[in-house]
Amino acid sequence: MDLTELKALAVAEKAKFKPLRVHCCTSTGCQAAQSLEVKNNLAQAIKDKGLGDRAEVVGVGCMGFCGRGPLVQFAHDDQLFETVTPDQAEAIVDVLAGGEADLIKGDPEHPFFSRQFHIVRKNSGNINPDRIEDYIAVGGYQSLYKALFEMSPAEVVAEITASGLRGRGGGGFPTGIKWATVAKMPEGQKYVICNGDEGDPGAFMDRSVLESDPHLVLEGMAIAAYAVGANHGYIYVRAEYPLAIQRLETAIKQAKRYGILGSQIFDSPFDFKIDIRIGAGAFVCGEETALIHSIEGKRGNPRPRPPYPAQDGLWHCPTLINNVETYGNITAIVEKGAAWFSGIGTEKSKGTKIFALTGKIRNNGLIEVPMGITLREIVEEMGGGVPDGTIKAVQTGGPSGGCIPAHLLDTPVDYDSLTKVGSMMGSGGMVVMDTGTSMVEVAQFYMDFCQEESCGKCVPCRAGTVQLHAMLTRLLKKQATLADLETMEQLCYMVKEMSLCGLGMTAPNPVLSTLQYFRSEYEELLQPMPTMPDNHALTV
Amino acid sequence: MSITTLKINGQDVVTESGKTVLAAAKEAGIPIPTLCHLEGISEAGACRLCAVEVKGTPKLMAACVTTVAEGMEVETHTPKLQDYRRMIVELFFTEGNHVCSICVANGNCELQDAAIEVGMDHSRFNYRFPDRGMDLSHSQFGIDHNRCILCTRCVRVCDEIEGAHVWDVGNRGEACYIISGMDQPWGEVSACTACGKCVDACPTGAIFRKGTTTGEKQGDRAKLEFLVNAREKQEWSR
Repeated sequence: MDLTELKALAVAEKAKFKPLRVHCCTSTGCQAAQSLEVKNNLAQAIKDKGLGDRAEVVGVGCMGFCGRGPLVQFAHDDQLFETVTPDQAEAIVDVLAGGEADLIKGDPEHPFFSRQFHIVRKNSGNINPDRIEDYIAVGGYQSLYKALFEMSPAEVVAEITASGLRGRGGGGFPTGIKWATVAKMPEGQKYVICNGDEGDPGAFMDRSVLESDPHLVLEGMAIAAYAVGANHGYIYVRAEYPLAIQRLETAIKQAKRYGILGSQIFDSPFDFKIDIRIGAGAFVCGEETALIHSIEGKRGNPRPRPPYPAQDGLWHCPTLINNVETYGNITAIVEKGAAWFSGIGTEKSKGTKIFALTGKIRNNGLIEVPMGITLREIVEEMGGGVPDGTIKAVQTGGPSGGCIPAHLLDTPVDYDSLTKVGSMMGSGGMVVMDTGTSMVEVAQFYMDFCQEESCGKCVPCRAGTVQLHAMLTRLLKKQATLADLETMEQLCYMVKEMSLCGLGMTAPNPVLSTLQYFRSEYEELLQPMPTMPDNHALTV
Repeated sequence: MSITTLKINGQDVVTESGKTVLAAAKEAGIPIPTLCHLEGISEAGACRLCAVEVKGTPKLMAACVTTVAEGMEVETHTPKLQDYRRMIVELFFTEGNHVCSICVANGNCELQDAAIEVGMDHSRFNYRFPDRGMDLSHSQFGIDHNRCILCTRCVRVCDEIEGAHVWDVGNRGEACYIISGMDQPWGEVSACTACGKCVDACPTGAIFRKGTTTGEKQGDRAKLEFLVNAREKQEWSR
């Protein structure tokens, strides 16, 4: 296939779209609320009402407003229906035919949608993730073609470097530097890995991207492989995401059939194949060296770095490892250029970031926002604020992050600002808490998670998190003294500085950040000081 | 042989390039406490006791896995490091059941030595008294998981020097324990050659020869280095 054929296919596929397209979300969240039945009923209703020649229902990926699913949207006029039940299908088709019906309509102009800026999620909710033709119809795989035929590998790396893209998995390491390091390693076997082992409590960004637009990630990986000189890639997805795995399998099969993956892609000398590896339920396998061990079939333990995977990775070969969302940005950068991308966001954090907005908030769901937007805009405007009560804190970065108190809500969302206030960007979980939330309980929850997920290799993390959890539990039972609180704080710093990998190094963050901003809550829980007995008790 | 010069605790040190900070410090007579490190086998970087401060790096580096670099300035015994090391030893003592007075390794135990070295006379953390059990199914040896500090020296020595890979780590987090074979009783593992290298490698009294009583066990730590040298460099003298 060459570019003309690819473009012709795109035009032909687009022409097959019927004028009235009804998008029905078929992602995990909506499926759990019967969206597949909604979809089947919609198809039946369209048939029954004789609209079959100009209307069709399309199962699409995530539309973002997950708290109000199942979602159904008309592609031609953006009308949005929320919390649709299977028996409402006929009424929706009536509306499609020009009638009126009593349904819960969403407002596509609401800040929740209008403040978003879609790069990674551009196709989510617009195409059928199970059909490669849908992806090609919206211009898919043209960036890969452009990279292969119009750019040298060094130019691709230069473009990514110039874009200022930083790793979306949490660390925020400049992606271009990572790519350049792998590209500079001597020629030979190299690998590209996509980290889809998303494990933070409350985070579901990567799942949504993989479920809604798997080809976007495959294309990003293929461009990366071309840029660094790899011919084999692995996508590591956690087993808890069966739908994402299923859609990736379909996507890889379809791409192979079109000659877009495999040998001699687009009849060029470039070969690239992708295999899926499924995690077995360990949070620590999201750490890159543990993930590599897991792919190798070993116990998922991290190892000390350096050497970094870029020099010594999978089977000791140079390995590029990026997060799902990072790969999701690649096609847009190649297509529109680094200058366009670096025009979005702040000085040091370019582009957009997807957040999973959850917790005590009106509008739950996925949002993709430009970097630099403030937490207040996200929580109050887009999220619609706390349903009843007032906001107390926003937790970002999952078990590695921290709680940002309400008075710092004007903090811009970028890597450096969030780190400065004691939290971190993290992979994109954002949990809103109201004044009814006990911050000590929050810290205990995350510490429970970390002690459960510690691999057990290094002592500070293995035994330190257990002791921290025990101390927090004692505190909540009002059995701890001021001395215990001090010891706990010291232990936090020790675990943070002495642990082997990122899990341990960041495990005390929820405690430290809540101690920083909500210390009084800890002090209120201390055991009352013994009072001095009065004088006659002492006189005999 | 190319050389690297660096400063450890203000002292100028010259060492062979490519060596670790731990090896360079040892050559210079500067002791850095370790538990999971053992000459002759690969490094795990797991006990974190050997962490040192390197000027210009915000992170603490494990000396056993950090390669020396020209002009590096290393501090090995700052008050912060000493404090952290003591806390780590406290964590070791509280996560297992370490009762020196009834232990085969009493007096010959590296954990005991580490406690003395960092000045740990009591623990600020609560003892957890886990129920870990022991395995005496092997005809010559026994393993008492209560005394295990999960340094994985036995795992590495069996895999890398004896080539039998009898040992591995099972489970995760605080539930981690050393397993033999496919998590079978040690005595039923046919891969075990009864060579006893794991006994010599064990820093505590967790793996021992049967029939030894309190304080009798003396691990032969240098045996493994000797074996590696003998194989690789044909140096057959000790």
